[in-house]
Amino acid sequence: MRYEDIVHRCFRCGYCKFTADYSDFNCPSYRKFFFESYSPGGRMWLIRAWLNGEIQNSERLQEILFSCATCANCVEHCVFTFSDDLVNIFVAAREEMVNSGIIPPPVRDYLKNINISGNPYKEPSEERGKWAKDTPVETYDGHDYLFYIGCVGSYDERAKKIAKAAGSLLVKAGVSLGILGDRETCDGNEVKSLGELGLFQFLAQQNIDLLKEMGVSKVTTLDPHSFNAFKNDYPALGGEFEVYHYTQVLAPLMRSKKLSLRDYEVSITFHDPCYLGRHNGEYDAPRKILESIPKVALIEMDRSRENAFCCGGGGGNFFTDILGGGEDSPNRIRVREALNTGAQIIAVACPQCAKMLEDAIKAEEAEDKIEVLDVAEIVARALA
Amino acid sequence: MRDISRSLSEIVGENYVSDKPEEIYFYARDPGLMPPHKPDYVVVPQQVEEIQEIVRLANEKRIPVVPMGAGMALTGLVIPLKGGIVIDMKRMNKIIEVNEKARYVIVEGGTSHGLLKSYLEKNHPRLRHSIPDSPATATVAANVMIHGQGRLTQQYGFNSDMVSGLEVVLPSGDICKIGSCSLSPNWFSKGAPLPDLSGLFLGWFGATGIITKVALKLYPRKKMRDVEIFVTDREDLVPNMVYELTHTEMVEDINVFAQPMPMIFKDNHHITLFITGDTDEELEFKRKMVWDCLDTFIKSKDGGFMGIPPVMKPTLLDMPQSSVSRFADVKKGGGFEYSGPIIAVDKYPECSRKVMELASKYDLAYSAMARIIGRGHCMMFGFAFTFNRADPDMMARTRKALEEGSDFALAAGGVFWKPTIDEQRMTIEKMDPVTKGLMKMIKENLDPQGIMNPGNWEVH
Repeated sequence: MRYEDIVHRCFRCGYCKFTADYSDFNCPSYRKFFFESYSPGGRMWLIRAWLNGEIQNSERLQEILFSCATCANCVEHCVFTFSDDLVNIFVAAREEMVNSGIIPPPVRDYLKNINISGNPYKEPSEERGKWAKDTPVETYDGHDYLFYIGCVGSYDERAKKIAKAAGSLLVKAGVSLGILGDRETCDGNEVKSLGELGLFQFLAQQNIDLLKEMGVSKVTTLDPHSFNAFKNDYPALGGEFEVYHYTQVLAPLMRSKKLSLRDYEVSITFHDPCYLGRHNGEYDAPRKILESIPKVALIEMDRSRENAFCCGGGGGNFFTDILGGGEDSPNRIRVREALNTGAQIIAVACPQCAKMLEDAIKAEEAEDKIEVLDVAEIVARALA
Repeated sequence: MRDISRSLSEIVGENYVSDKPEEIYFYARDPGLMPPHKPDYVVVPQQVEEIQEIVRLANEKRIPVVPMGAGMALTGLVIPLKGGIVIDMKRMNKIIEVNEKARYVIVEGGTSHGLLKSYLEKNHPRLRHSIPDSPATATVAANVMIHGQGRLTQQYGFNSDMVSGLEVVLPSGDICKIGSCSLSPNWFSKGAPLPDLSGLFLGWFGATGIITKVALKLYPRKKMRDVEIFVTDREDLVPNMVYELTHTEMVEDINVFAQPMPMIFKDNHHITLFITGDTDEELEFKRKMVWDCLDTFIKSKDGGFMGIPPVMKPTLLDMPQSSVSRFADVKKGGGFEYSGPIIAVDKYPECSRKVMELASKYDLAYSAMARIIGRGHCMMFGFAFTFNRADPDMMARTRKALEEGSDFALAAGGVFWKPTIDEQRMTIEKMDPVTKGLMKMIKENLDPQGIMNPGNWEVH
């Protein structure tokens, strides 16, 4: 297994489970299951035991490995020099399981669907760009930016609204961008995090070849998960593009005259998506956008920025739901934390977070207290 | 067995019971060197009533019960030596009450020191507790149970001395309140003016009951905090230096460390002094007192204050000091363990020579760390060795070094702190027979079926 030479180095001291100030457990799977085995240290020790033959691949071990949200809280807070590799180690262990062919059925189904259809929804690729109908967003044809949407924004009904809002807003702000439409395929970020490296490389190569063929040099993404794949994984496969999350493109344009904003008196708390924040260090762009809207009151949750609590959708859990369910599912914990701020809106910058938190609001029966909106949707509401 | 599993599920909910190989593997061991023993079940309760029911079930079925905090003692105290049910307490982590004026806090037993520190800083910025240097996940109940020490130990003694009340689930399943809380709504004293019953539980590692609530004394949190390091190559003078420092009553905490790396530390002893103040004047006054008291040693060229590099200061002032955990990776192997006897401060020279001798004999990387307890009443001296978990030979050498360290400490008049099962046997063997008899009587009367963390503090 990759990183096999590191797994014995975990002291299981538990710093990885916390926020920086120790105010709460911040590992989503540990917080939900509360057994040490579901913490980063537990995973390290169990991976080693599995590699040594002391325990076997089992449903439980699969749940332990695949419930990791790859949120990188452990990477942020582990005190050892190998901290940067913690998520990589968990992904490498998943790779071992995938290679052995014994994996949880939802993971198997997700990977199978991507392999066959190029998306997890088993939808035809012709449907991918349909969200853009009746918007000013064009198909890419030498525009400054390729606007990459990803599977969730392309197919999920809720997320399509976010794609529409973000795309329309960027065009209104004067950004020259186009989408791939039916030529887009899955970015592979979740495929990789679920341990199917071969399929990831195939998908990435497809995207890279297409973008190169089309002469794309700059990419902006709707989804931080896509952003992560393009920015951090594609270069090693020859995909050298300038990559931005859409909030990074939008933030500097908020003061331009093209976006005339009215007063929007509302209190908002921003939920940092892990693949924008901890994985890529972008905490400010979405906040700058929100702060540009007159009369918006931005209230931080107790856990924010580097210490944000994951919605539980990362690492493929958005699709597999291994980490979801019950009062202590991470998305419900996060919604309760947002409710504590008194904010009227949970702002997100990720279609996966949006869905996760919206589901949690329903489960918490808090629809009359708070709503989830993407940053782009909030700006759209505030347009004069 | 299935009956027990079903019964436990009915008590805590099926999601919080496991007899799966993964939990059995993990909870069979701690990060130290003691051999693993498998539990039969692991449970994660949330309510004291659940613990009562678990203990009653264990009594009925005559199976062992082992309460566990973070499992960071390193000496195997929560390894279930005779199997049974491991109760992971960390889901019971509520901070129940802070009495600002009476300066105490009541917490559930599984509350971590990290959480308590964070809570006090946010909500009661003028109060603090004695935070140990074990990782932040170490729990309050487990720490007082093992007589842990912390940042305020030089001023107020062991962390268990700072307990001001307990709630304990007895081996019968009954809840027992210890101290003023047994008859008053206020948890200001664990004993006086009543007979102090806390000794029936503190230090017993769960062999006489499970601590479910702890009241801890809180202390003034000053606005400023700083650290100084006095360096000497005269280990024989360290006890005198500590004597002078404790006489000033100006210091928050005194630790002495000696280690071979980095090179500037080699062959020196570093007396680390923490000082606090609400104003610059207060801080500088204390600093002056501290400097003045060591002046004779400076003049005799036996030591001097070290300039602390700016990058080093935050590490030293960190609470808990996460750098302590990093010692585990010195050999890129994820392990360290220490024998940490409580011993007279004047034994510092022998102890520090011994740790270096053992490191050399067994070819190990070492760190010697002494924490002064009270005004020099004693110290915890850590014979600490780091090891590579993937190197069985190094682990064996570390075990031998620790065993020799233990033999040495006992012979030098030390008493083992959080002793391994072997050190417990050595302790009981050497103990005054009447004391031993009293311990036996207590254990047999409180836990007649011997179900509470069996193997620990067993007097035969």
